[in-house]
Amino acid sequence: MFDLTGRRALVTGASGGIGAAAARALHAQGATLALAARRADALQALADELGDRVHVTPCDLSDPASVDALPKAAADAMGGVDILVNNAGVTRDNLFMRMSDAEWDAVIAVNLTAAFRLARGCLRGMMKARWGRMVSITSIVGTTGNPGQGNYAASKAGLVGMSKSLAAEVASRGVTVNCVAPGFIETAMTADLADAQKDRLLSAIPAGRMGSPEEIAAAVVYLSSDEARYVTGQTLHVNGGMAMI
Amino acid sequence: MSDIADRVKKIVVDHLGVDEEKVVEGASFIDDLGADSLDTVELVMAFEEEFGIEIPDDAAETIQTFGDAVKFISENAANA
Repeated sequence: MFDLTGRRALVTGASGGIGAAAARALHAQGATLALAARRADALQALADELGDRVHVTPCDLSDPASVDALPKAAADAMGGVDILVNNAGVTRDNLFMRMSDAEWDAVIAVNLTAAFRLARGCLRGMMKARWGRMVSITSIVGTTGNPGQGNYAASKAGLVGMSKSLAAEVASRGVTVNCVAPGFIETAMTADLADAQKDRLLSAIPAGRMGSPEEIAAAVVYLSSDEARYVTGQTLHVNGGMAMI
Repeated sequence: MSDIADRVKKIVVDHLGVDEEKVVEGASFIDDLGADSLDTVELVMAFEEEFGIEIPDDAAETIQTFGDAVKFISENAANA
């Protein structure tokens, strides 16, 4: 089950906690990888750890030219892109009344617009191949909302709407488009939270603990697999029961 | 001209799975050959690759029939 031998996956934000875990998990199932993120040194370290079948394709997702170049760079390195994992995401939290246009724009640009451009860039090859998988990492807050994260929640909800629309367009071509919505996961993004904030969040999780990046990665592997071919336009919530949607 | 028409016809037949004799000058991809909007995008992509040309979106919209496609490609393909 979930054998990805011969599949070629482009993973953005691959230097981060969830991105690196997704890359490791896809690689473990046999996929060839193109790792994208800003920090080439971090990507190279991950590539060295994984060994063969791994390419490093650095990209700054806040730079449109860099985004547009990425699908081609990944396809050149791997011979094509069968699986796109839109994982890269940034936060610029602020209360709504204080949120600047720059904070709004920066988050939408990386989390949503870059994902759109990458999906568009990878689509042609997938359509021709009559096989493709797109998996975007969203967030529970895209569904529930979260104070201080108007921009981030909007970007994640935007990914869901984008994915559903694209899923409807390309389902007949063997291309599926889905989202994985993590809840409260142990990563650098959540390490900054104050202990009191963590305690409050944990009390709202029926599973009684934070999730691990590997638990998100497993969902990415499933949705990337041939076995998930009849699943499209969906969001798989991985959150320990924190929200049941 | 006939070479271009043959190559275009082959792409249309392969992609839409229609009988060759249905692919005539005035045959509309959507109305006569059963294409949906995504098929028309894929056909344009296939023409671009076959003939090594770029078909801009506004030009692509004017390519409604087999004859339109042959005409556009004849006028724009360098290696045809």
